[in-house]
Amino acid sequence: MDLGEINPVLLVASLMVAATPLLLAAIGELVVEKAGVLNLGVEGMMIVGAISGFAISVETGSPWLGFIAAAIGGAVLSLLFVLLTQVALANQVASGLALTLFGLGFSALLGQSYVGIKPPSMGDIHIPLISDIPVIGPILFQHDPILYVGIALTAAVWATLKYTRVGLILRAVGENHDAAHALGYKVIKIRIMAILFGGACAGLGGAYISLIRVPQWTEGMTAGVGWIALALVVFASWKPWRALLGAYLFGGITVLQLNLQAAGVAIPVEYLAMSPYIITILVLVILSADKSSAPASLGRTFHASH
Amino acid sequence: MTTPLLSLQGLTKAYPGVVANDQVSFDIGEGEVHALLGENGAGKSTLVKMIYGLVKPDSGTMLLRGQPFAPPEPRAARADGIAMVFQHFSLFDALNVAENIALGMENPPPMGDLASRIREVSETYGLPLDPFRTVGDLSAGERQRVEIIRCLLQDPKLLIMDEPTSVLTPQEVEILFETLNKLRSEGTSILYISHKLEEIRTLCDHATILRLGKNVGECVPAETSARDMAEMMVGSTLQTPERGGREFGDVALDVSGLSVPSPSEFGTALRNVHMTVRKGEVLGIGGVAGNGQDELLGVLSGEIQTTADAIKFNGQPIGKLGPTARRKLGVLTAPEERLGHAAAPDMSLTENALLTGSVREGLESNGFLKWADTKNFAEKIIEAFDVRTPGPENAARSLSGGNLQKFVIGREVLQNPDVLVVNQPTWGVDAAAAASIRQAILDLAAKGTAVICISQDLDELMEISDSFAALNEGRLSAPRPTTGLTVDEIGLMMGGAHGMEVAHV
Amino acid sequence: MIVLEKRPQPSKAWSYATPLVAVVATMLFGGILFAILGKNPVEAIGTIFWEPLFGEFAFYYRPQLLVKGAPLVLIAIGLSLGFRAGIWNIGAEGQYIMGAIFGAGAGLAFYPLDAFYIFPIMVIAGAFGGWLWAMIPAFLKVRFGTNEILVSLMLVYVAEQMLASVSLGLLKNPEGFGFPGSRNLQAYDSAHNAELIAGSGMHWGVVTALIAVIFAYVLLNRHMLGFHIRLTGEAPRAAKFAGVNPARLILFCLGVSGALAGLAGMFEVSGPSGVVSIDFNVGYGFTAIIVAFLGRLHPVGILLAGGLMALTYIGGEIAQSQLGLPAAAIQVFQGMLLFFLLAFDLLTNYRIRAARSEVA
Repeated sequence: MDLGEINPVLLVASLMVAATPLLLAAIGELVVEKAGVLNLGVEGMMIVGAISGFAISVETGSPWLGFIAAAIGGAVLSLLFVLLTQVALANQVASGLALTLFGLGFSALLGQSYVGIKPPSMGDIHIPLISDIPVIGPILFQHDPILYVGIALTAAVWATLKYTRVGLILRAVGENHDAAHALGYKVIKIRIMAILFGGACAGLGGAYISLIRVPQWTEGMTAGVGWIALALVVFASWKPWRALLGAYLFGGITVLQLNLQAAGVAIPVEYLAMSPYIITILVLVILSADKSSAPASLGRTFHASH
Repeated sequence: MTTPLLSLQGLTKAYPGVVANDQVSFDIGEGEVHALLGENGAGKSTLVKMIYGLVKPDSGTMLLRGQPFAPPEPRAARADGIAMVFQHFSLFDALNVAENIALGMENPPPMGDLASRIREVSETYGLPLDPFRTVGDLSAGERQRVEIIRCLLQDPKLLIMDEPTSVLTPQEVEILFETLNKLRSEGTSILYISHKLEEIRTLCDHATILRLGKNVGECVPAETSARDMAEMMVGSTLQTPERGGREFGDVALDVSGLSVPSPSEFGTALRNVHMTVRKGEVLGIGGVAGNGQDELLGVLSGEIQTTADAIKFNGQPIGKLGPTARRKLGVLTAPEERLGHAAAPDMSLTENALLTGSVREGLESNGFLKWADTKNFAEKIIEAFDVRTPGPENAARSLSGGNLQKFVIGREVLQNPDVLVVNQPTWGVDAAAAASIRQAILDLAAKGTAVICISQDLDELMEISDSFAALNEGRLSAPRPTTGLTVDEIGLMMGGAHGMEVAHV
Repeated sequence: MIVLEKRPQPSKAWSYATPLVAVVATMLFGGILFAILGKNPVEAIGTIFWEPLFGEFAFYYRPQLLVKGAPLVLIAIGLSLGFRAGIWNIGAEGQYIMGAIFGAGAGLAFYPLDAFYIFPIMVIAGAFGGWLWAMIPAFLKVRFGTNEILVSLMLVYVAEQMLASVSLGLLKNPEGFGFPGSRNLQAYDSAHNAELIAGSGMHWGVVTALIAVIFAYVLLNRHMLGFHIRLTGEAPRAAKFAGVNPARLILFCLGVSGALAGLAGMFEVSGPSGVVSIDFNVGYGFTAIIVAFLGRLHPVGILLAGGLMALTYIGGEIAQSQLGLPAAAIQVFQGMLLFFLLAFDLLTNYRIRAARSEVA
């Protein structure tokens, strides 16, 4: 065992990488939940995003096209959720589970011929001077572009929810869909847009795992990240910047336990591997006391009756 | 003759199984306060939803200042100067006043400007309001102010108000009427929906009366007696309930020093509530909605538990007992919300009879259910309370509001309670059903049951209760005998104008 | 334009018909999927649904139906109680694993003793393991209001790591030449969940599943507790008004579903599988969610749905070996089934009606 092998700078830099898929998925789900919809299919949308992104970048050689495909893939899968919950008015919990079960199977089917292939690399950005600053450079300015997209998205979602009319309407729909309907807002339409956005974000998060973090394709490779992202939204009290903080926290735990595994710490590998899940539970317990910030219409089906 | 502001011509709207509006026509003049009068279910709501663009008529036309008017959605109606103050469902608890108001506007100014305009308008019309307070923390009267200001900021030509006074104390009603009179003097027309005749007589220039979706008459309220209007509205003469003997027995229910926090975020905590109800007495509890009524019912039913001694039944402390144990003793309750609280919407009437009847009616043994007995019990309720339904196997949600309410009240009454607590027993119920429910409550009291009737309908409380108390922000005023109480006194017990006197115009 | 109109009450006819319609739709779209994969859709569907029951080797496959169906039914029955009450245990896979670990552990603790009481002890231990694992989300929900969906699911991943850990450590076969995995319980008579009638596929797990179906039926239709479960799911406030203690109901529903999932795991590890190994669990805990919904959360429905789902597993394996249909295609097929079921369920509560233009 040699803890000295763990390089703190690399550790911080890699925790940002580990956190990004979580962040992308959580930001998407946050918007969905703000609109009053609980989509438990994040895991399914992520894994479909992971394989769509992987397949398209392998076929085209362009990771950028891959990420676009991943966003589309996630959104298309979320369209099934739209059909179930917004059109067929099915229970959102059951529909989310269906999405995940279906997504896991579907991605495995799509991914059969992609096992063991290496995807084209995206490459990290490198800004002369700034990226070369010791410590700060590698931590903040030597990452792949999507990582920055994740942070930008967080800022954008925060600003939109807080300052824009679209954000206000979205919150209003999630708060009281009957009132929003009475004022003439198109509850279903707004929710559909939110769900599609959530799907696209989850797809991006999935592709980040298969194209950058790992990078390769294996069945079920999201391994619960989608579910942790759902927990993260609760952790964040539906606030974007807290989601970022939470994602980095979880990213940190993941990276740390991987580093400890690699360093050969005396704790058995299995216990280290289960730690992110146990910590998720602990965080949920600590934060579940305060549900006041949850959107009031969350998970309720809306049907306009006169 | 001048062109009316809005002219409705032959509006018809049918839903499966019911014609909500059948060839309704009338005119609303410029600067006129026009009353739309009718019982629950007469089709008032559907009619205003058509004017506001929420519902499209099947046939008929509307003319706004002589021009064809058919708003496809509320946005369009608002653009044409129609504004509406809803009775329910139109505010967002977690958002602040300014955000709520912005949501009701087409092109709201930036938040800062909006806030100052809100202050400005609220002062002009004597409706003080802080733009940055969270709406969930406001009182019912203040919430209504949010809605009114939201409308006024649009400079409406026609303001629609749906049962605006049902959430106000008598003093607040007066203030509202002053605001409305001021608006009328500025040329704004008001469509005022209500079933309260005296209010309409004080306020309105003209009235249209709806019954079962049809326009059954028009009148000038100031020149028509309340009795005549009532008969047009109901279509027949009504029986006023008869009360039996007024002999009170010992104290059946004794509540003392009861304080509980509200289980919900925007609810009201009960503070130091004291009251006693004797056998055979009907205690009426008035107060504006949201002042602790739900919490009081919850505490009495056992859904919210408190210290043992805070509630005593025949001297026995029951504060810590759950609903089942209280039912066993004879303390029964009927909550306000019929669907989802008093009854499970998708379950059959038989199953709903079991919901509260299992203990006292012996519908289970060792936990195993006696479905045949339960069905008999349900049939007994249907029979005794004239519940209109094909049979006990029908789902609760298939019943009309009035019929389900009769079922819910009947379910408790037939179990021979020693104490019965009802919350809003006739809310949303047509006049005939309301009368029979009130009669059932009085009959029960005559047999020696102690009854607590929580209601926002003061007329109802005056009619059936022996003593009266009011809930105000979770506090209960000291109960007083009903006979001889004046409206002013009642209003003060309900909390006066909630500190609005300062803002009097 | 088409509008949805809420029925005055749920349609009985549709509530029976939707699972059938969903199966037909799944066959149709599954067929299209198989065609896209380059397989003859008719042949593929036929292989999946016909071959195991009436094909040449049906004598071999029919018992397999019981073997695959029993854990699915057992788990789904437990889940359905919670689902009915709006308590979402989706971590049955973890409870299944823990049941297997506890059950096998209890049996192996006696090795090589030969005694009649070992198997009953294993049954109790298995149920206890699953129960214990389900009590974690139950307790956290009751005590702290923690979301049981996320906690029970997280515990699946934890259980999988536990499984890996015991396969490599505590329960590893000392005579296994260092390979991961426990002793084979099939070779340990006192702990073996053997077929009750040779070649029938009927083992104690099948019997238990049938008992569970009857138990659930009686509970839901004849008992106050079952009524309270249904009431809580339909109208939580009304349930509270009726005197239901939500905490007790959560503990009961999660506890029962955990114990049944644990039993399923225990019967599997001591019978058909025989060995505690890293890849012991094959997703029954998740498939059982589909079974529960497909059976409309009704005990008899679940029995039928469990049979159908077992059929797709076995048929899928046959299609895999005979037609080269990928294993994942069957997973998609099962996922589709749940989709169509939820979608067609609309017709139980709503009527679809053509209407003139109407503001939604």
